[in-house]
Amino acid sequence: MGRRGALVSEHVVSPKIYVVVLLALLLGTFLTVEAALRDFGPWNIVIALAIASAKAILVILFFMHARYSPKRTHLVIVSAAFWLIILLALTATDYVKRPSEQSRLAPPAAFYRV
Amino acid sequence: MPPSPDNKFPRDHYLNATYGIRSWLLTTDHKRIALLYLISVTFFFFIGGILATLIRIHLLTPSGALVTPETYNKLFTMHGVAMIFFFLIPSIPAVLGNFLIPMMIGAKDLAFPKINLLSWYIYIVGGCFVLYSFSTGGLDTGWTFYTPLSSVYSNSAVTPAVIGIFINGFSSILTGLNFIVTIHTMRAPGMTWFRLPLFAWAHYATSLVMILGTPVVAITLLLAGLERMFHLGFFNPAMGGDPILFQHLFWFYSHPAVYIMILPSMGVISEIIPTFARKPIFGYSFIAGSSIAIAVIGFLVWAHHMFVTGESTYAALTFSFLSYLVAIPSAVKVFNWTSTLYKGSISWDAPMLYALGFIGLFTIGGLTGLFLACLGLDIHIHDTYFVIAHFHYIMVGGAVMGYVGGLHFWWPKITGKLYPEALSRIAAITLFVGFNLTFFPQFILGYLGMPRRYHSYPPEFQVLNVLSTAGASILAIGYLLPMIYLTWSMRYGKVAGQNPWPATGLEWKTDSPPPTENFHVTPQVDWEPYDYNNRPDLGLAAGRPLAPAHGDD
Amino acid sequence: MHRTGELYGQFETLEQQKESAQLGMWIFLVTEVLFFGGLFLTYAVNRHLYFTAFGIGGNMLDLRLGTTNTVVLIASSFTMAMSVWSAQTSRKKLLPVCLILTLVLGGVFLGIKYVEYKQKFDHHLIPGHSFDLTYRINHPAPTDDPKELAAERKEIEEAARHEDPAEPENGLIALNAHAQLYFSLYFGMTGLHALHMIVGAGLLIWVIRESFKGRFSASYNTPIEVVGLYWHFVDVVWIYLFALLYLINRHAV
Repeated sequence: MGRRGALVSEHVVSPKIYVVVLLALLLGTFLTVEAALRDFGPWNIVIALAIASAKAILVILFFMHARYSPKRTHLVIVSAAFWLIILLALTATDYVKRPSEQSRLAPPAAFYRV
Repeated sequence: MPPSPDNKFPRDHYLNATYGIRSWLLTTDHKRIALLYLISVTFFFFIGGILATLIRIHLLTPSGALVTPETYNKLFTMHGVAMIFFFLIPSIPAVLGNFLIPMMIGAKDLAFPKINLLSWYIYIVGGCFVLYSFSTGGLDTGWTFYTPLSSVYSNSAVTPAVIGIFINGFSSILTGLNFIVTIHTMRAPGMTWFRLPLFAWAHYATSLVMILGTPVVAITLLLAGLERMFHLGFFNPAMGGDPILFQHLFWFYSHPAVYIMILPSMGVISEIIPTFARKPIFGYSFIAGSSIAIAVIGFLVWAHHMFVTGESTYAALTFSFLSYLVAIPSAVKVFNWTSTLYKGSISWDAPMLYALGFIGLFTIGGLTGLFLACLGLDIHIHDTYFVIAHFHYIMVGGAVMGYVGGLHFWWPKITGKLYPEALSRIAAITLFVGFNLTFFPQFILGYLGMPRRYHSYPPEFQVLNVLSTAGASILAIGYLLPMIYLTWSMRYGKVAGQNPWPATGLEWKTDSPPPTENFHVTPQVDWEPYDYNNRPDLGLAAGRPLAPAHGDD
Repeated sequence: MHRTGELYGQFETLEQQKESAQLGMWIFLVTEVLFFGGLFLTYAVNRHLYFTAFGIGGNMLDLRLGTTNTVVLIASSFTMAMSVWSAQTSRKKLLPVCLILTLVLGGVFLGIKYVEYKQKFDHHLIPGHSFDLTYRINHPAPTDDPKELAAERKEIEEAARHEDPAEPENGLIALNAHAQLYFSLYFGMTGLHALHMIVGAGLLIWVIRESFKGRFSASYNTPIEVVGLYWHFVDVVWIYLFALLYLINRHAV
């Protein structure tokens, strides 16, 4: 038995960490909206997904206690991400080599607006 | 022969622990749930079998005089749906896996017994939807539900079928979840990962596939069903959709699904061969590792089903190469089983006959898969009877033989009774002969160009088709015989005792039939698996003359 | 029904039981990742094929409501984590407060979703027979900003011309069809997410009731942890949905 009757496997995370993560997530939200309102060309989607992934990793590591969980949990999380990537990447091998709108036509002028 | 430690039929066991229909329908005992599944999957096997019979009778003549072309489309579709989703995928995991995994690891039950029962009910509900579809217009899209035929143009009962398969997917997912957690957290003291029986490794790998693949087909069928109901356009070219996208999503699951169907069967073979060769299995860690390898690599090859449907050549090359890789771990298993047989003391009991049949037939099926994985060759043999023969060699010659062999091997444990040995060997041989006569001609037919899913064929193919149908009638007898004598044995069979073969697994160290809690005392494991040279408690020790394994004497 | 800290029959120890419950929930979440993953793939492929239409569709989503929802859900994840902490440190009074806050924030999210969906319905953006991208600009409401509508009209006309340079009318039909794909995915993905949130709300109601009975403490809090894992997962899905659906084609020239 551990602290205050907790089970040995318990990992009690301090609320201070939760507050820091919360602020980081809110900051990330602010940043991603601001970035979306500016023109970075094809990098917009990359920035949006990168910030989303950073936020997701914070939620998983700290709110879901992954950082304090056994290696097995890490394997489970990595497997989920890996399999999702397989689904997307291998299907992409088909679609990148077929005509898309971008390869057929140039985007119109009024495509971009505030 | 060395006597079994306990030849008596136990007074109290899981079958008579409680009485009444409620005690069965509300049970949480994994062994009873396994029997509930046994009854349900056998029912769907009958449905699929009747449909197969109609197909083969129809194909006796080139112009197909039994049914109309539209009905023929329904026959092969429903045969596929019933057999794949409601028989093959659940069969070994839900019947033998459910029954044996807790016992093999020394646990009292699975990690989540109520979820286990729930998964059976989900299977039944899914099955009801599909039966409703079958009986109100049937299904004519092929078991692959390609769009836009299934989502727009078909006039058959697609929606209820799709709902039924969607629901059934969750049965699979929950079973897989239960097995993974159980194997991780519920092993008895001393049961380390590398002392696990290979049957457990096989089911662990299968469960990985169930967990990772089934949700994708669930969302795919949901999308196709929504498209059909609300005229959305994801997979309909007329609305800007892409039918190939459906195929990518569908095959992402359905290819690994074939590994769900074969991996458990390979696990059964890995249990049977050492027992009836009286030898430790050759290359335990390689067989264990190859199960995981098959599960992982199996997810990387799905678009080999789409070589000629319009995917880019770049993708086709990638998937063709990966498909050759996935054959390697399967071959590793075949080499290891064969090496186990070498210099073993072979007994020809029914389970062994099924296992040996598996090795030969699976090898043929697997090698012909490589024919199909070759891009240039596939252009000619795709959508022909070559494909049909290929997958029936693996699914029937492989998976079903493993299932029937496993049922025979563990029947004494499940029921406490022995089946008639001579009759069982005759049935095994009948099945083997009937199977080959049914499906080998189909390789030739496919090679000669007979397309699949056609209700008629050119007259020059008739002889081979008649041979195939004749084989099917023999195959049917091969299936019916065990159904009869296994049922008969429950009442009239000889008492089996704890360990009739004898075999070295943990499940054989408890009564036949087992008590509800599996073991009267939690076992402490301090021996290695398949240790046929060194188990004096079973009368198996180095230096003693090796006695052949026996069923009833 | 199971009582506080009681051992289920198939387990040997409470430790084993807790381990199993946690692993079980993580594996279930893996299946959910792949379930949503199929939708993400469909979105990715269709966006690749119909970039313009997806941009137009994305612009028609209300960024302020979407951002608000993101903030609300992140806050609810925080209160959920605090619930787990309360249970782990046996703060039996604080626990239901945090759980109720989580539930309330979840309710706010769903309420805002309802407002958004109603907006789409009013603007004829529900896929089906009455789907019409141009409905809003042709039937302006008194509260609509005329400059915004003019910009939208220009955007749609350009896009229609772009879809089919030879026949702008066909272009509008094609644009409508491709935008319908976008909105089908929008409703499909956010709808499935909302469904998961409703299930999460149900789970929260269950643990709130149990927490009022004082069932959870340092020695037994597995249901809170497990519900928390589910809730955080739903948050993670939204983080990606927000990026993919709301944040495309927002930039100024």
